[in-house]
Amino acid sequence: MARGIKDKVAILGMGCSKFGERWDSGAEELMLEAYKEAIADAGIDANQLNAAWFSTAIDEVHVGKSGIPMSTTLRLPNIPVTHVENMCASGTEAFRGACYAVASGAADIAIALGVEKLKDTGYGGLPGGRGGPLQALWSANGTAPGNFAQLATAYMTAHGVGADDLKRAIGHVSWKSHQNGAKNPKAHLQKAVEMDTILNAPMIASPLGLFDCCGVSDGAAAAIVTTPEIAKAMGKQNIVSVKALQLSVSNGSESGHNSWDGSYFHTTRIASKKAYEEAGIKNPRSEVSMFEVHDCFSVTELVTMEDLHISETGKGWKDVLDGFYDADGKIPCQIDGGLKCFGHPIGASGLRMLYEMYLQFQGRAGARQLKDPRIGMTHNLGGAPRENVSSVAIVGRYE
Amino acid sequence: MVGIVAYGAYVPRLRLNRQAVYDANKWFAAGLRGLAKGERSMANWDEDSITMAVEASRDCLTSHNAEDVRNLYFASTTHPFKDRQNAGVIGTALSIEQNLLASDVGGSQKAGTSALIAGLNASKGGAPSLVAAADKRMARVASANELNYGDGAAALLCGTENVIARLVGHHSVSMDFVDHFRGDESDFDYGWEERWIRDEGYSKIVPPAIKAALGACKLKGSDITHFIMPSPMPAVPRQMAKVCGVADGAVRDLLGATLGDTGSAHALVMLVDALENAKEGDKIMVVAFGQGVDILVFEVTAENAKLPKRKGLSGWMARRKEEKNYMKFLAFNEMLPIEKGMRAEFDKKTALSVLWRKRDMIYGLVGGKCKVCGTVQFPRSQVCVNPNCHAVDSQEPYAMAGLEANVMSFTADSLTYSPDPPAYYGMITFPEGGRFMADFTDSDKEQVKVGAKMRMTFRIRDNDTMRGGFKRYFWKAAPV
Repeated sequence: MARGIKDKVAILGMGCSKFGERWDSGAEELMLEAYKEAIADAGIDANQLNAAWFSTAIDEVHVGKSGIPMSTTLRLPNIPVTHVENMCASGTEAFRGACYAVASGAADIAIALGVEKLKDTGYGGLPGGRGGPLQALWSANGTAPGNFAQLATAYMTAHGVGADDLKRAIGHVSWKSHQNGAKNPKAHLQKAVEMDTILNAPMIASPLGLFDCCGVSDGAAAAIVTTPEIAKAMGKQNIVSVKALQLSVSNGSESGHNSWDGSYFHTTRIASKKAYEEAGIKNPRSEVSMFEVHDCFSVTELVTMEDLHISETGKGWKDVLDGFYDADGKIPCQIDGGLKCFGHPIGASGLRMLYEMYLQFQGRAGARQLKDPRIGMTHNLGGAPRENVSSVAIVGRYE
Repeated sequence: MVGIVAYGAYVPRLRLNRQAVYDANKWFAAGLRGLAKGERSMANWDEDSITMAVEASRDCLTSHNAEDVRNLYFASTTHPFKDRQNAGVIGTALSIEQNLLASDVGGSQKAGTSALIAGLNASKGGAPSLVAAADKRMARVASANELNYGDGAAALLCGTENVIARLVGHHSVSMDFVDHFRGDESDFDYGWEERWIRDEGYSKIVPPAIKAALGACKLKGSDITHFIMPSPMPAVPRQMAKVCGVADGAVRDLLGATLGDTGSAHALVMLVDALENAKEGDKIMVVAFGQGVDILVFEVTAENAKLPKRKGLSGWMARRKEEKNYMKFLAFNEMLPIEKGMRAEFDKKTALSVLWRKRDMIYGLVGGKCKVCGTVQFPRSQVCVNPNCHAVDSQEPYAMAGLEANVMSFTADSLTYSPDPPAYYGMITFPEGGRFMADFTDSDKEQVKVGAKMRMTFRIRDNDTMRGGFKRYFWKAAPV
């Protein structure tokens, strides 16, 4: 394994727009909202930025291609701006680019900014119809809920979990995120929901009902990174540093080879293992203080907690029902409401997860502040269970 | 000795209840009450004459090699393409391209028999000919045609080896008797008065032709054991038989009560029905009327009883689901401006260059098998998908359309656009190796389960209405 970048990069400042159906804003306004907060938080001005990474996933419905939309909107001083896209994991990709630039010494200060403006399509849910001209000829005419619903089907089959047990467990995942989101003023959905409402909601793609699916949101988030040394020299306190960044990408074996049973994320298992190794974490279940994982669907979160090696394989649903991941549980997961309630503006989501970590480590998380968190892990997934990009980041106090 | 060497058929699963149609329309057309009996076959939204002909051809080729076929005739009056060979699509779906003469035959209700005569003549030298016929005719709301028509297909393999029904003779007359027509500018038939058709058409054109055919075959009417003659007027075949000395008991059922009139395919559909029930030595006469008349006479041989089992007409008829929702029938046939939502607006443009490069994959469902590790995979790729192999350029084509698959995972999706929501799809795995995320069709909630056995079927995937109706075909999984 490579040497890694543990503690070579520190977060200098972060910003995050209000997420939601931002009828008042285009991608440009959202970008600026996150950027203004980040730059003020970092205590720098644009001329101190050496490089930028810009993430979107479905830019064809808002900003379009290239680094120009970011550079133009923020009037950046003609620095390099790299536009990245890796489906729903794009936000963490932007962060990875900026961190690698700082870790390599190519940049002293870099910015990662992600944005998605989805509520200009005229309909709910994600825009469809992407994929190349060959895929259009044969791949099933599916949606994200339909693809992730099959994770639930396969999980029940693989582990002999009854439909009612699973429905209650994934219902609890969403119930918990709604409880948490209610305490987050920037969240898209800030309302706690009763279990009965969750369990009896209309089906979107069986067995996933309405509350098993995260909504579609507009929003932007940004991180400004530098080295711990520069941060200290700037007089920063409570420095948050990057412990690990890992990305694992499917190579077609899950979708094309009969060795995969559909009940888990092959990539997440690999990425998380490498990340723990990079961060020097031996026992994640006792060492990690909090998680922000990619709960695009309730069942995704449940299964992910096994693939991150926290819950035992096939037993995650019991941990969920035991409240292990609740705000007052052993390891809170989605303390900010997660994709489910904070929202899921695709290109911004990975950065939004880091934003919550950053606030928590700095003791700035308000009503949802956890007691003394030290290590946090984000998990940002793009694609479908059978074919995906799984991106994990570990951040923590710089000690 | 040329003749028929194998037969196959296809009938869509759905059977539209005629009473339900009548109940919806009786306020306007009370006179249709007499037709409000039984049911008619109803194509699923993803079926057309090509897909039905592919299924009938596969059924027909159960015991024969597709690559031996040298001539392929596809008869229909509802070919999905006016200019693009429809028979060629069927050929590609059957993975036959080389050494194949493919031809579309249409324009008349006797297109099926004309294609069969062409196929038999082409096979005299021994080259096998596949004759497929299918129709999915549209009819106006509250018309008799709407109740009488059915959707379906038949296929016959012609040749000289192991003939199950020897061609005794054939005879045709062609004359422009316009009992009905469907102009280039219409989806619907326009017909003249039935009494005139019966008295001036059938009665004057058919009997002389039958007599000429019998004479040429050195047979008497009473020699005929199966008399096949489709007609929208059920009494007419009996009248024609009587005039020609054919026993009333030889006149075969028109299958109207359970199937409906499958148009230019119907004579061949009825022929398949007869062959399924015929004994050695039986004489079968097929009469098809339409701007003249085609007549074929066959003698059933001992080989008929030895033909390996296939679904045939009876098998597909037995796979049945009653449909009482007339609105669904209208919507499936684009007869109802239903609100499809914005998700139905996604562009369905097909890159024809991609389709050409990948035609064996898309139309033939041909995957790959790695020569190094033996892994079967779909699609075929340059680098083997087996994580323990990854050999490069190691794969040979591997036909998968005929394999059964199992459902590994599935969903019923209410978000995606489907003409028949919810959309069922899921990961299917082939025991031989290989898997892909497939759309399901002809599926009910009770049938789709993890581990359920699925059969691959050639269907319409999308219809590119922005460009005049380019149908995208691909394979879907249907419960066995």
